[in-house]
Amino acid sequence: MTALTLARRAPGRSVDDAPRARRPMRTGTFVSLLAMLVVTAFVLLPIVVIVFTAFKPTAEVNAYPPTLMPDAWTLDNMRRIVTELPFSRLVLNSFVFAGGVTICALVFDSLAAYALARIDFRGRRLLLVGIVATLMIPFQATLVPVYQLVSDLGWVNTFPGLIAPRAADAFGIFFLRQFFLALPRDVDSAARIDGASEFRIYRSIVLPNVVPALLTLGIFTFVNNWNDLLWPLVFTTRKEMGTITSGLTLLTGPGGIIPYGVMMAGSLIAILPLVVAFLLVQRRFIESVATTGLKG
Amino acid sequence: MALAFLLPALVILGAFVVWPMISAFRLSFTNAAGFGVEEWVGVDNYVKVFTDPEVQDAVVNTLQYTVLFTPTAVLAALLLALVVNNPRLPWRSFFRTTLFLPFVVSLAVAAFAWSYLIDPQVGLLSYWLGRMGLHLGNVLEDPSLAMPAVALVAVWKNFGFYFVIFLAGLQDIPASLYEAARVDGAGVLHRFRHVTLPLLSNTFAFVLVFAMIAALQAFDQIYVMTGGGPYGHTQTIVMEIYESGFRKLELGFASALSYVLLIATLLLSVVQFVFFGRREEDLA
Repeated sequence: MTALTLARRAPGRSVDDAPRARRPMRTGTFVSLLAMLVVTAFVLLPIVVIVFTAFKPTAEVNAYPPTLMPDAWTLDNMRRIVTELPFSRLVLNSFVFAGGVTICALVFDSLAAYALARIDFRGRRLLLVGIVATLMIPFQATLVPVYQLVSDLGWVNTFPGLIAPRAADAFGIFFLRQFFLALPRDVDSAARIDGASEFRIYRSIVLPNVVPALLTLGIFTFVNNWNDLLWPLVFTTRKEMGTITSGLTLLTGPGGIIPYGVMMAGSLIAILPLVVAFLLVQRRFIESVATTGLKG
Repeated sequence: MALAFLLPALVILGAFVVWPMISAFRLSFTNAAGFGVEEWVGVDNYVKVFTDPEVQDAVVNTLQYTVLFTPTAVLAALLLALVVNNPRLPWRSFFRTTLFLPFVVSLAVAAFAWSYLIDPQVGLLSYWLGRMGLHLGNVLEDPSLAMPAVALVAVWKNFGFYFVIFLAGLQDIPASLYEAARVDGAGVLHRFRHVTLPLLSNTFAFVLVFAMIAALQAFDQIYVMTGGGPYGHTQTIVMEIYESGFRKLELGFASALSYVLLIATLLLSVVQFVFFGRREEDLA
Protein backbone atom coordinates (compact mmCIF):
# COMPACT_ATOMS: atom_id res chain seq x y z
CA MET A 1 0.00 0.00 0.00
CA THR A 2 2.69 2.40 1.05
CA ALA A 3 4.80 1.24 -1.87
CA LEU A 4 2.10 2.37 -4.25
CA THR A 5 1.78 5.76 -2.63
CA LEU A 6 5.50 6.19 -3.02
CA ALA A 7 5.44 5.10 -6.61
CA ARG A 8 2.71 7.53 -7.52
CA ARG A 9 4.53 10.40 -5.95
CA ALA A 10 7.91 9.59 -7.40
CA PRO A 11 7.56 10.47 -11.11
CA GLY A 12 6.64 14.07 -10.34
CA ARG A 13 10.34 14.78 -9.92
CA SER A 14 11.26 14.17 -13.52
CA VAL A 15 10.02 16.70 -16.02
CA ASP A 16 12.37 16.26 -18.96
CA ASP A 17 10.41 13.48 -20.60
CA ALA A 18 7.01 14.86 -19.73
CA PRO A 19 5.79 16.07 -23.16
CA ARG A 20 6.05 12.53 -24.52
CA ALA A 21 3.62 11.29 -21.90
CA ARG A 22 0.88 13.54 -23.21
CA ARG A 23 0.38 11.52 -26.35
CA PRO A 24 -2.24 8.80 -25.89
CA MET A 25 -0.53 5.82 -24.38
CA ARG A 26 -0.80 2.31 -25.73
CA THR A 27 -1.95 -0.42 -23.38
CA GLY A 28 1.45 -2.12 -23.56
CA THR A 29 3.27 1.06 -22.63
CA PHE A 30 0.82 1.71 -19.81
CA VAL A 31 1.40 -1.76 -18.38
CA SER A 32 5.17 -1.24 -18.68
CA LEU A 33 4.85 2.06 -16.87
CA LEU A 34 2.90 0.52 -14.01
CA ALA A 35 5.39 -2.33 -13.72
CA MET A 36 8.29 0.12 -13.72
CA LEU A 37 6.68 2.19 -10.97
CA VAL A 38 6.29 -0.89 -8.79
CA VAL A 39 9.88 -2.00 -9.48
CA THR A 40 11.20 1.50 -8.77
CA ALA A 41 9.30 1.70 -5.48
CA PHE A 42 10.75 -1.66 -4.46
CA VAL A 43 14.28 -0.60 -5.45
CA LEU A 44 13.95 2.63 -3.48
CA LEU A 45 12.46 0.92 -0.43
CA PRO A 46 15.74 0.23 1.44
CA ILE A 47 16.93 3.81 0.89
CA VAL A 48 13.59 5.25 1.97
CA VAL A 49 13.63 3.00 5.03
CA ILE A 50 17.11 4.21 5.98
CA VAL A 51 15.98 7.84 5.78
CA PHE A 52 12.75 7.39 7.74
CA THR A 53 14.09 5.00 10.36
CA ALA A 54 17.01 7.32 11.09
CA PHE A 55 14.47 9.82 12.48
CA LYS A 56 12.17 7.34 14.24
CA PRO A 57 11.97 7.07 18.04
CA THR A 58 13.09 3.64 19.31
CA ALA A 59 9.59 2.78 20.50
CA GLU A 60 8.27 3.19 16.97
CA VAL A 61 11.17 1.29 15.41
CA ASN A 62 10.33 -1.70 17.61
CA ALA A 63 6.56 -1.35 17.31
CA TYR A 64 4.34 -3.97 15.76
CA PRO A 65 2.96 -3.67 13.15
CA PRO A 66 5.94 -1.82 11.68
CA THR A 67 5.36 1.42 9.80
CA LEU A 68 7.27 3.16 7.05
CA MET A 69 7.18 6.75 8.23
CA PRO A 70 7.82 8.03 11.74
CA ASP A 71 4.85 9.47 13.67
CA ALA A 72 7.07 11.62 15.81
CA TRP A 73 10.35 12.70 14.24
CA THR A 74 13.42 12.64 16.45
CA LEU A 75 17.13 13.38 16.33
CA ASP A 76 17.89 10.92 19.15
CA ASN A 77 19.37 8.34 16.78
CA MET A 78 21.67 10.94 15.26
CA ARG A 79 22.76 12.05 18.72
CA ARG A 80 23.34 8.49 19.83
CA ILE A 81 25.43 7.41 16.82
CA VAL A 82 27.89 10.18 17.60
CA THR A 83 28.41 8.79 21.08
CA GLU A 84 28.56 5.10 20.06
CA LEU A 85 31.33 5.71 17.56
CA PRO A 86 34.06 8.31 17.02
CA PHE A 87 31.75 9.34 14.25
CA SER A 88 33.16 12.59 12.96
CA ARG A 89 36.59 10.98 12.96
CA LEU A 90 35.33 8.06 10.86
CA VAL A 91 33.69 10.38 8.35
CA LEU A 92 36.89 12.40 8.14
CA ASN A 93 38.90 9.18 7.65
CA SER A 94 36.58 8.16 4.84
CA PHE A 95 37.10 11.50 3.12
CA VAL A 96 40.88 11.35 3.52
CA PHE A 97 41.10 7.71 2.42
CA ALA A 98 38.69 7.82 -0.53
CA GLY A 99 39.78 11.34 -1.50
CA GLY A 100 43.47 10.49 -1.19
CA VAL A 101 43.15 7.37 -3.31
CA THR A 102 41.15 9.30 -5.89
CA ILE A 103 43.61 12.18 -6.21
CA CYS A 104 46.69 9.92 -6.34
CA ALA A 105 45.09 7.54 -8.79
CA LEU A 106 43.96 10.35 -11.09
CA VAL A 107 47.45 11.86 -11.18
CA PHE A 108 49.43 8.64 -11.53
CA ASP A 109 46.99 6.95 -13.90
CA SER A 110 46.77 9.94 -16.19
CA LEU A 111 50.56 10.31 -16.30
CA ALA A 112 50.99 6.66 -17.22
CA ALA A 113 48.10 6.78 -19.67
CA TYR A 114 49.67 9.81 -21.35
CA ALA A 115 52.93 7.94 -21.91
CA LEU A 116 51.11 4.88 -23.20
CA ALA A 117 48.88 6.85 -25.54
CA ARG A 118 50.98 9.75 -26.80
CA ILE A 119 54.70 8.99 -26.46
CA ASP A 120 56.36 6.49 -28.78
CA PHE A 121 58.87 4.28 -27.04
CA ARG A 122 60.13 0.75 -27.36
CA GLY A 123 58.16 -1.92 -25.55
CA ARG A 124 55.05 0.23 -25.24
CA ARG A 125 52.69 -2.44 -26.48
CA LEU A 126 54.20 -5.05 -24.15
CA LEU A 127 53.98 -2.73 -21.17
CA LEU A 128 50.33 -2.02 -21.93
CA VAL A 129 49.55 -5.72 -22.09
CA GLY A 130 51.37 -6.20 -18.78
CA ILE A 131 49.41 -3.42 -17.10
CA VAL A 132 46.10 -4.65 -18.44
CA ALA A 133 46.96 -8.16 -17.24
CA THR A 134 47.10 -6.91 -13.64
CA LEU A 135 43.41 -6.00 -14.06
CA MET A 136 42.62 -9.67 -13.75
CA ILE A 137 44.05 -9.97 -10.25
CA PRO A 138 41.33 -9.45 -7.63
CA PHE A 139 42.64 -7.48 -4.65
CA GLN A 140 41.23 -10.11 -2.31
CA ALA A 141 43.73 -12.61 -3.71
CA THR A 142 46.79 -10.53 -2.80
CA LEU A 143 45.47 -9.17 0.47
CA VAL A 144 47.72 -11.29 2.70
CA PRO A 145 51.08 -10.31 1.12
CA VAL A 146 49.95 -6.69 0.66
CA TYR A 147 49.14 -6.60 4.36
CA GLN A 148 52.58 -8.04 5.18
CA LEU A 149 54.21 -5.38 3.03
CA VAL A 150 52.21 -2.55 4.58
CA SER A 151 52.97 -3.96 8.01
CA ASP A 152 56.71 -4.19 7.24
CA LEU A 153 56.61 -0.54 6.24
CA GLY A 154 54.99 0.22 9.60
CA TRP A 155 51.92 1.58 7.83
CA VAL A 156 49.12 -0.39 9.49
CA ASN A 157 46.59 2.06 10.95
CA THR A 158 47.97 4.94 8.89
CA PHE A 159 46.66 6.79 5.86
CA PRO A 160 49.69 5.88 3.70
CA GLY A 161 48.91 2.22 4.43
CA LEU A 162 45.31 2.65 3.33
CA ILE A 163 46.06 4.83 0.32
CA ALA A 164 49.42 3.82 -1.20
CA PRO A 165 48.46 0.32 -2.40
CA ARG A 166 45.61 1.86 -4.37
CA ALA A 167 47.40 5.00 -5.56
CA ALA A 168 47.47 3.70 -9.14
CA ASP A 169 45.41 1.07 -10.84
CA ALA A 170 45.40 -0.67 -14.16
CA PHE A 171 41.79 0.07 -14.90
CA GLY A 172 42.24 3.83 -14.55
CA ILE A 173 45.29 3.76 -16.81
CA PHE A 174 43.48 1.71 -19.43
CA PHE A 175 40.34 3.86 -19.17
CA LEU A 176 42.17 7.20 -19.54
CA ARG A 177 44.39 5.87 -22.32
CA GLN A 178 41.27 5.29 -24.43
CA PHE A 179 40.34 8.95 -24.05
CA PHE A 180 43.88 10.18 -24.71
CA LEU A 181 44.05 8.12 -27.89
CA ALA A 182 40.89 9.75 -29.17
CA LEU A 183 42.34 13.28 -28.99
CA PRO A 184 43.75 14.57 -32.30
CA ARG A 185 47.52 14.56 -32.43
CA ASP A 186 48.14 17.71 -34.50
CA VAL A 187 47.96 20.10 -31.55
CA ASP A 188 50.63 18.39 -29.55
CA SER A 189 52.89 18.02 -32.62
CA ALA A 190 52.60 21.75 -33.11
CA ALA A 191 53.32 22.37 -29.44
CA ARG A 192 56.29 20.02 -29.61
CA ILE A 193 57.73 21.95 -32.57
CA ASP A 194 57.32 25.14 -30.54
CA GLY A 195 59.49 23.53 -27.89
CA ALA A 196 56.86 22.62 -25.28
CA SER A 197 57.92 19.85 -22.93
CA GLU A 198 55.95 16.61 -22.73
CA PHE A 199 54.80 17.55 -19.25
CA ARG A 200 53.55 20.88 -20.51
CA ILE A 201 51.60 19.16 -23.30
CA TYR A 202 50.15 16.70 -20.79
CA ARG A 203 49.16 19.45 -18.40
CA SER A 204 48.00 22.23 -20.68
CA ILE A 205 46.72 20.45 -23.76
CA VAL A 206 45.74 16.87 -23.01
CA LEU A 207 44.32 17.05 -19.46
CA PRO A 208 41.95 19.99 -20.04
CA ASN A 209 40.42 18.03 -22.90
CA VAL A 210 39.54 14.97 -20.87
CA VAL A 211 37.96 16.61 -17.81
CA PRO A 212 34.71 14.60 -18.15
CA ALA A 213 36.69 11.35 -18.24
CA LEU A 214 38.72 12.39 -15.20
CA LEU A 215 35.53 13.32 -13.39
CA THR A 216 33.90 9.98 -14.12
CA LEU A 217 36.94 8.00 -13.09
CA GLY A 218 37.31 10.18 -10.02
CA ILE A 219 33.75 9.67 -8.83
CA PHE A 220 33.95 5.97 -9.54
CA THR A 221 37.19 5.59 -7.58
CA PHE A 222 35.85 7.68 -4.73
CA VAL A 223 32.60 5.71 -4.48
CA ASN A 224 34.36 2.34 -4.60
CA ASN A 225 36.80 3.25 -1.86
CA TRP A 226 34.29 5.02 0.34
CA ASN A 227 32.09 1.93 0.16
CA ASP A 228 34.78 -0.70 0.51
CA LEU A 229 34.55 -2.81 3.64
CA LEU A 230 37.25 -5.48 3.41
CA TRP A 231 40.10 -3.02 2.77
CA PRO A 232 39.69 -0.79 5.85
CA LEU A 233 38.78 -3.86 7.90
CA VAL A 234 42.19 -5.37 7.13
CA PHE A 235 44.40 -2.29 7.19
CA THR A 236 43.02 -0.62 10.29
CA THR A 237 42.91 -2.40 13.62
CA ARG A 238 42.28 0.70 15.70
CA LYS A 239 38.71 1.92 15.87
CA GLU A 240 39.67 5.58 15.28
CA MET A 241 41.46 4.74 12.02
CA GLY A 242 38.52 2.96 10.39
CA THR A 243 36.25 4.42 7.75
CA ILE A 244 32.58 5.12 8.16
CA THR A 245 31.79 1.89 6.29
CA SER A 246 34.00 -0.32 8.43
CA GLY A 247 33.12 1.59 11.60
CA LEU A 248 29.41 0.91 11.19
CA THR A 249 30.02 -2.84 11.13
CA LEU A 250 31.45 -2.59 14.66
CA LEU A 251 27.91 -1.85 15.82
CA THR A 252 26.57 -5.17 14.62
CA GLY A 253 29.33 -7.50 15.81
CA PRO A 254 28.86 -9.99 18.64
CA GLY A 255 27.36 -8.24 21.62
CA GLY A 256 26.80 -5.10 19.59
CA ILE A 257 23.04 -5.06 19.89
CA ILE A 258 22.39 -1.59 18.60
CA PRO A 259 18.88 -0.32 17.90
CA TYR A 260 18.02 -0.27 14.22
CA GLY A 261 17.25 3.44 14.43
CA VAL A 262 20.85 4.21 15.41
CA MET A 263 22.21 1.94 12.68
CA MET A 264 20.03 3.65 10.09
CA ALA A 265 21.16 7.07 11.30
CA GLY A 266 24.76 5.96 10.76
CA SER A 267 23.86 4.47 7.39
CA LEU A 268 22.19 7.69 6.32
CA ILE A 269 25.30 9.70 7.09
CA ALA A 270 27.42 7.11 5.26
CA ILE A 271 25.40 7.23 2.04
CA LEU A 272 24.45 10.90 2.01
CA PRO A 273 27.62 12.37 0.43
CA LEU A 274 27.60 9.77 -2.33
CA VAL A 275 23.90 10.00 -3.10
CA VAL A 276 24.05 13.80 -3.28
CA ALA A 277 27.18 13.74 -5.47
CA PHE A 278 25.63 11.12 -7.70
CA LEU A 279 22.38 13.02 -8.16
CA LEU A 280 24.33 16.14 -9.12
CA VAL A 281 26.28 14.47 -11.91
CA GLN A 282 24.08 11.47 -12.61
CA ARG A 283 23.38 12.01 -16.30
CA ARG A 284 26.96 12.35 -17.42
CA PHE A 285 28.11 9.70 -14.97
CA ILE A 286 25.62 7.07 -16.12
CA GLU A 287 26.41 7.80 -19.74
CA SER A 288 30.13 7.33 -19.34
CA VAL A 289 29.61 4.18 -17.28
CA ALA A 290 27.42 2.86 -20.05
CA THR A 291 29.73 3.59 -22.94
CA THR A 292 32.89 2.35 -21.33
CA GLY A 293 31.71 -0.67 -19.40
CA LEU A 294 33.41 0.70 -16.33
CA LYS A 295 34.78 -1.93 -14.00
CA GLY A 296 33.92 -2.21 -10.30
CA MET B 1 61.13 10.51 -21.06
CA ALA B 2 58.20 8.15 -21.11
CA LEU B 3 59.66 6.46 -18.07
CA ALA B 4 59.21 9.55 -15.91
CA PHE B 5 55.49 9.52 -16.71
CA LEU B 6 55.18 5.82 -16.08
CA LEU B 7 57.33 5.51 -13.00
CA PRO B 8 54.85 6.32 -10.20
CA ALA B 9 52.18 3.98 -11.56
CA LEU B 10 54.68 1.21 -12.27
CA VAL B 11 56.15 1.44 -8.77
CA ILE B 12 52.70 1.18 -7.20
CA LEU B 13 51.52 -1.65 -9.43
CA GLY B 14 54.82 -3.45 -9.03
CA ALA B 15 54.96 -3.15 -5.27
CA PHE B 16 51.29 -3.71 -4.47
CA VAL B 17 50.06 -6.03 -7.21
CA VAL B 18 52.83 -7.90 -9.01
CA TRP B 19 55.16 -8.46 -6.09
CA PRO B 20 52.37 -9.56 -3.71
CA MET B 21 51.22 -12.04 -6.32
CA ILE B 22 54.67 -13.61 -6.44
CA SER B 23 54.93 -13.35 -2.70
CA ALA B 24 51.59 -15.09 -2.20
CA PHE B 25 52.76 -17.91 -4.43
CA ARG B 26 55.86 -18.41 -2.30
CA LEU B 27 53.87 -18.10 0.95
CA SER B 28 51.41 -20.71 -0.21
CA PHE B 29 54.17 -23.34 0.11
CA THR B 30 55.06 -22.33 3.67
CA ASN B 31 53.45 -22.48 7.09
CA ALA B 32 53.90 -18.73 7.62
CA ALA B 33 51.95 -17.49 10.61
CA GLY B 34 52.54 -13.76 10.61
CA PHE B 35 55.72 -13.68 12.67
CA GLY B 36 58.67 -15.87 13.52
CA VAL B 37 60.02 -18.67 11.36
CA GLU B 38 58.26 -19.96 8.33
CA GLU B 39 59.01 -23.42 7.03
CA TRP B 40 58.67 -24.86 3.57
CA VAL B 41 55.78 -27.31 3.66
CA GLY B 42 55.53 -28.16 -0.03
CA VAL B 43 52.01 -28.64 -1.32
CA ASP B 44 50.48 -29.23 2.13
CA ASN B 45 48.40 -26.06 1.95
CA TYR B 46 47.04 -27.02 -1.44
CA VAL B 47 46.26 -30.51 -0.18
CA LYS B 48 44.35 -28.88 2.64
CA VAL B 49 42.57 -26.54 0.22
CA PHE B 50 41.37 -29.49 -1.83
CA THR B 51 40.52 -31.85 1.05
CA ASP B 52 39.45 -29.70 4.00
CA PRO B 53 35.67 -30.01 4.33
CA GLU B 54 35.37 -26.41 5.52
CA VAL B 55 37.08 -25.14 2.35
CA GLN B 56 34.97 -27.39 0.18
CA ASP B 57 31.87 -25.99 1.82
CA ALA B 58 33.13 -22.49 1.13
CA VAL B 59 33.76 -23.35 -2.53
CA VAL B 60 30.31 -24.93 -2.86
CA ASN B 61 28.74 -21.93 -1.10
CA THR B 62 30.53 -19.51 -3.41
CA LEU B 63 29.28 -21.42 -6.45
CA GLN B 64 25.80 -21.51 -4.98
CA TYR B 65 25.98 -17.76 -4.41
CA THR B 66 27.20 -17.26 -7.98
CA VAL B 67 24.34 -19.32 -9.34
CA LEU B 68 21.82 -17.36 -7.26
CA PHE B 69 23.26 -13.93 -7.93
CA THR B 70 24.41 -13.94 -11.55
CA PRO B 71 21.30 -14.98 -13.50
CA THR B 72 19.00 -12.98 -11.23
CA ALA B 73 20.98 -9.76 -11.52
CA VAL B 74 21.74 -10.10 -15.23
CA LEU B 75 18.24 -11.10 -16.30
CA ALA B 76 16.58 -8.43 -14.14
CA ALA B 77 18.94 -5.86 -15.68
CA LEU B 78 18.25 -7.05 -19.21
CA LEU B 79 14.49 -7.14 -18.74
CA LEU B 80 14.40 -3.64 -17.24
CA ALA B 81 16.70 -2.32 -19.97
CA LEU B 82 14.33 -3.69 -22.61
CA VAL B 83 11.37 -2.00 -20.93
CA VAL B 84 13.12 1.34 -20.39
CA ASN B 85 14.51 1.30 -23.94
CA ASN B 86 10.96 1.66 -25.27
CA PRO B 87 10.92 5.28 -26.53
CA ARG B 88 7.22 5.61 -25.74
CA LEU B 89 7.73 4.95 -22.03
CA PRO B 90 7.36 8.18 -20.02
CA TRP B 91 9.91 9.27 -17.37
CA ARG B 92 12.71 7.16 -18.83
CA SER B 93 15.53 9.24 -17.39
CA PHE B 94 13.90 9.10 -13.97
CA PHE B 95 13.80 5.31 -14.12
CA ARG B 96 17.38 5.17 -15.34
CA THR B 97 18.64 7.30 -12.46
CA THR B 98 16.59 5.54 -9.80
CA LEU B 99 17.55 2.04 -10.87
CA PHE B 100 21.22 3.03 -10.85
CA LEU B 101 21.03 4.69 -7.42
CA PRO B 102 21.67 1.53 -5.31
CA PHE B 103 25.03 1.23 -7.06
CA VAL B 104 26.39 4.16 -5.02
CA VAL B 105 25.19 2.62 -1.74
CA SER B 106 27.77 0.40 -0.06
CA LEU B 107 27.03 -3.29 0.32
CA ALA B 108 27.56 -2.91 4.06
CA VAL B 109 24.87 -0.23 4.36
CA ALA B 110 22.60 -2.17 2.00
CA ALA B 111 23.09 -5.13 4.32
CA PHE B 112 21.95 -3.06 7.33
CA ALA B 113 18.85 -1.83 5.54
CA TRP B 114 17.88 -5.27 4.28
CA SER B 115 18.57 -6.90 7.65
CA TYR B 116 16.09 -4.48 9.16
CA LEU B 117 13.54 -4.96 6.35
CA ILE B 118 13.55 -8.74 6.79
CA ASP B 119 13.81 -8.77 10.59
CA PRO B 120 11.25 -11.37 11.68
CA GLN B 121 9.91 -9.16 14.51
CA VAL B 122 10.02 -5.55 13.33
CA GLY B 123 10.89 -5.81 9.63
CA LEU B 124 8.58 -3.98 7.26
CA LEU B 125 9.10 -6.42 4.42
CA SER B 126 8.53 -9.51 6.57
CA TYR B 127 5.38 -7.85 7.84
CA TRP B 128 4.09 -7.07 4.34
CA LEU B 129 4.97 -10.55 3.10
CA GLY B 130 3.27 -12.00 6.18
CA ARG B 131 0.13 -10.05 5.35
CA MET B 132 0.24 -11.65 1.92
CA GLY B 133 0.45 -15.07 3.57
CA LEU B 134 4.18 -15.58 3.07
CA HIS B 135 5.79 -16.23 6.46
CA LEU B 136 9.53 -16.52 6.00
CA GLY B 137 10.52 -16.56 9.66
CA ASN B 138 14.04 -15.65 10.65
CA VAL B 139 15.59 -15.62 7.17
CA LEU B 140 19.20 -15.03 8.21
CA GLU B 141 19.09 -17.90 10.72
CA ASP B 142 17.53 -20.27 8.22
CA PRO B 143 20.15 -22.48 6.49
CA SER B 144 18.17 -22.63 3.26
CA LEU B 145 17.16 -18.94 3.09
CA ALA B 146 20.29 -17.15 4.34
CA MET B 147 22.21 -17.55 1.09
CA PRO B 148 19.37 -16.37 -1.19
CA ALA B 149 18.96 -13.38 1.15
CA VAL B 150 22.60 -12.25 0.98
CA ALA B 151 22.62 -12.87 -2.78
CA LEU B 152 19.51 -10.72 -3.14
CA VAL B 153 21.20 -7.81 -1.38
CA ALA B 154 24.00 -7.96 -3.96
CA VAL B 155 21.43 -8.16 -6.76
CA TRP B 156 19.79 -5.03 -5.38
CA LYS B 157 23.10 -3.17 -5.30
CA ASN B 158 24.50 -4.28 -8.65
CA PHE B 159 21.71 -4.84 -11.15
CA GLY B 160 21.47 -1.10 -11.93
CA PHE B 161 25.04 -1.11 -13.17
CA TYR B 162 24.37 -4.00 -15.55
CA PHE B 163 21.08 -2.36 -16.53
CA VAL B 164 22.88 0.79 -17.67
CA ILE B 165 25.36 -1.23 -19.74
CA PHE B 166 22.50 -3.15 -21.37
CA LEU B 167 20.66 0.07 -22.05
CA ALA B 168 23.69 1.47 -23.86
CA GLY B 169 24.02 -1.78 -25.81
CA LEU B 170 20.38 -1.57 -26.85
CA GLN B 171 20.74 2.04 -27.91
CA ASP B 172 23.67 1.10 -30.13
CA ILE B 173 21.44 -1.13 -32.23
CA PRO B 174 20.53 0.89 -35.34
CA ALA B 175 16.83 1.72 -35.53
CA SER B 176 16.94 0.96 -39.25
CA LEU B 177 17.30 -2.74 -38.48
CA TYR B 178 14.05 -2.71 -36.52
CA GLU B 179 12.37 -0.75 -39.31
CA ALA B 180 13.52 -3.29 -41.87
CA ALA B 181 12.28 -6.16 -39.71
CA ARG B 182 8.96 -4.40 -39.23
CA VAL B 183 8.58 -3.90 -42.97
CA ASP B 184 9.21 -7.61 -43.40
CA GLY B 185 6.30 -8.22 -41.05
CA ALA B 186 8.29 -9.36 -38.00
CA GLY B 187 6.36 -9.11 -34.71
CA VAL B 188 7.77 -7.97 -31.37
CA LEU B 189 9.05 -11.42 -30.41
CA HIS B 190 10.55 -12.00 -33.82
CA ARG B 191 12.35 -8.68 -33.72
CA PHE B 192 13.69 -9.47 -30.26
CA ARG B 193 14.82 -12.93 -31.32
CA HIS B 194 16.42 -11.96 -34.65
CA VAL B 195 17.59 -8.37 -34.16
CA THR B 196 18.01 -7.57 -30.45
CA LEU B 197 19.44 -10.85 -29.20
CA PRO B 198 22.19 -11.37 -31.80
CA LEU B 199 23.30 -7.73 -31.62
CA LEU B 200 23.29 -7.72 -27.85
CA SER B 201 25.09 -11.02 -27.41
CA ASN B 202 28.55 -9.51 -26.84
CA THR B 203 27.24 -7.06 -24.26
CA PHE B 204 25.36 -9.92 -22.65
CA ALA B 205 28.43 -12.13 -22.41
CA PHE B 206 30.47 -9.22 -21.07
CA VAL B 207 27.97 -8.44 -18.32
CA LEU B 208 27.52 -12.12 -17.49
CA VAL B 209 31.22 -12.76 -16.92
CA PHE B 210 31.54 -9.47 -15.11
CA ALA B 211 28.76 -10.47 -12.70
CA MET B 212 30.33 -13.89 -12.18
CA ILE B 213 33.68 -12.35 -11.25
CA ALA B 214 31.90 -10.07 -8.77
CA ALA B 215 30.07 -13.08 -7.32
CA LEU B 216 33.33 -14.96 -6.71
CA GLN B 217 34.44 -12.08 -4.50
CA ALA B 218 31.34 -12.01 -2.27
CA PHE B 219 32.19 -10.73 1.19
CA ASP B 220 30.83 -7.42 2.49
CA GLN B 221 27.13 -8.05 3.01
CA ILE B 222 27.81 -11.58 4.24
CA TYR B 223 30.25 -10.29 6.84
CA VAL B 224 27.58 -7.86 8.03
CA MET B 225 24.43 -9.98 7.79
CA THR B 226 25.41 -13.54 8.74
CA GLY B 227 29.14 -13.61 9.46
CA GLY B 228 29.20 -16.78 7.34
CA GLY B 229 26.43 -18.45 9.31
CA PRO B 230 24.09 -20.08 10.05
CA TYR B 231 26.42 -23.04 10.60
CA GLY B 232 28.75 -21.91 7.82
CA HIS B 233 26.00 -21.90 5.20
CA THR B 234 27.04 -18.50 3.81
CA GLN B 235 30.78 -18.90 4.30
CA THR B 236 32.40 -17.94 0.97
CA ILE B 237 35.96 -18.20 -0.32
CA VAL B 238 36.80 -14.56 0.47
CA MET B 239 35.26 -14.94 3.95
CA GLU B 240 37.51 -17.96 4.40
CA ILE B 241 40.58 -16.04 3.16
CA TYR B 242 39.78 -13.21 5.57
CA GLU B 243 39.35 -15.54 8.51
CA SER B 244 42.36 -17.76 7.86
CA GLY B 245 44.62 -14.86 6.87
CA PHE B 246 43.60 -12.19 9.35
CA ARG B 247 41.90 -13.95 12.24
CA LYS B 248 43.74 -17.26 12.55
CA LEU B 249 46.92 -15.88 10.91
CA GLU B 250 47.42 -18.99 8.78
CA LEU B 251 49.10 -16.96 6.07
CA GLY B 252 50.40 -19.92 4.08
CA PHE B 253 47.01 -21.56 3.91
CA ALA B 254 45.27 -18.25 3.17
CA SER B 255 47.71 -17.71 0.30
CA ALA B 256 46.98 -21.11 -1.20
CA LEU B 257 43.28 -20.29 -0.96
CA SER B 258 43.95 -16.93 -2.59
CA TYR B 259 45.47 -18.72 -5.55
CA VAL B 260 42.30 -20.73 -6.01
CA LEU B 261 40.37 -17.47 -6.21
CA LEU B 262 42.99 -15.98 -8.50
CA ILE B 263 42.92 -18.88 -10.97
CA ALA B 264 39.11 -18.89 -11.06
CA THR B 265 39.06 -15.13 -11.71
CA LEU B 266 41.78 -15.38 -14.36
CA LEU B 267 39.84 -18.00 -16.28
CA LEU B 268 36.73 -15.82 -16.28
CA SER B 269 38.76 -12.72 -17.14
CA VAL B 270 40.24 -14.34 -20.22
CA VAL B 271 36.72 -15.00 -21.46
CA GLN B 272 35.83 -11.42 -20.61
CA PHE B 273 38.78 -9.98 -22.50
CA VAL B 274 37.76 -11.85 -25.62
CA PHE B 275 34.31 -10.30 -25.44
CA PHE B 276 35.58 -6.92 -24.29
CA GLY B 277 37.82 -6.83 -27.37
CA ARG B 278 34.84 -7.64 -29.57
CA ARG B 279 32.70 -5.05 -27.80
CA GLU B 280 35.35 -2.40 -28.39
CA GLU B 281 35.31 -3.30 -32.07
CA ASP B 282 31.53 -3.04 -32.10
CA LEU B 283 31.67 0.41 -30.57
CA ALA B 284 34.40 1.61 -32.91
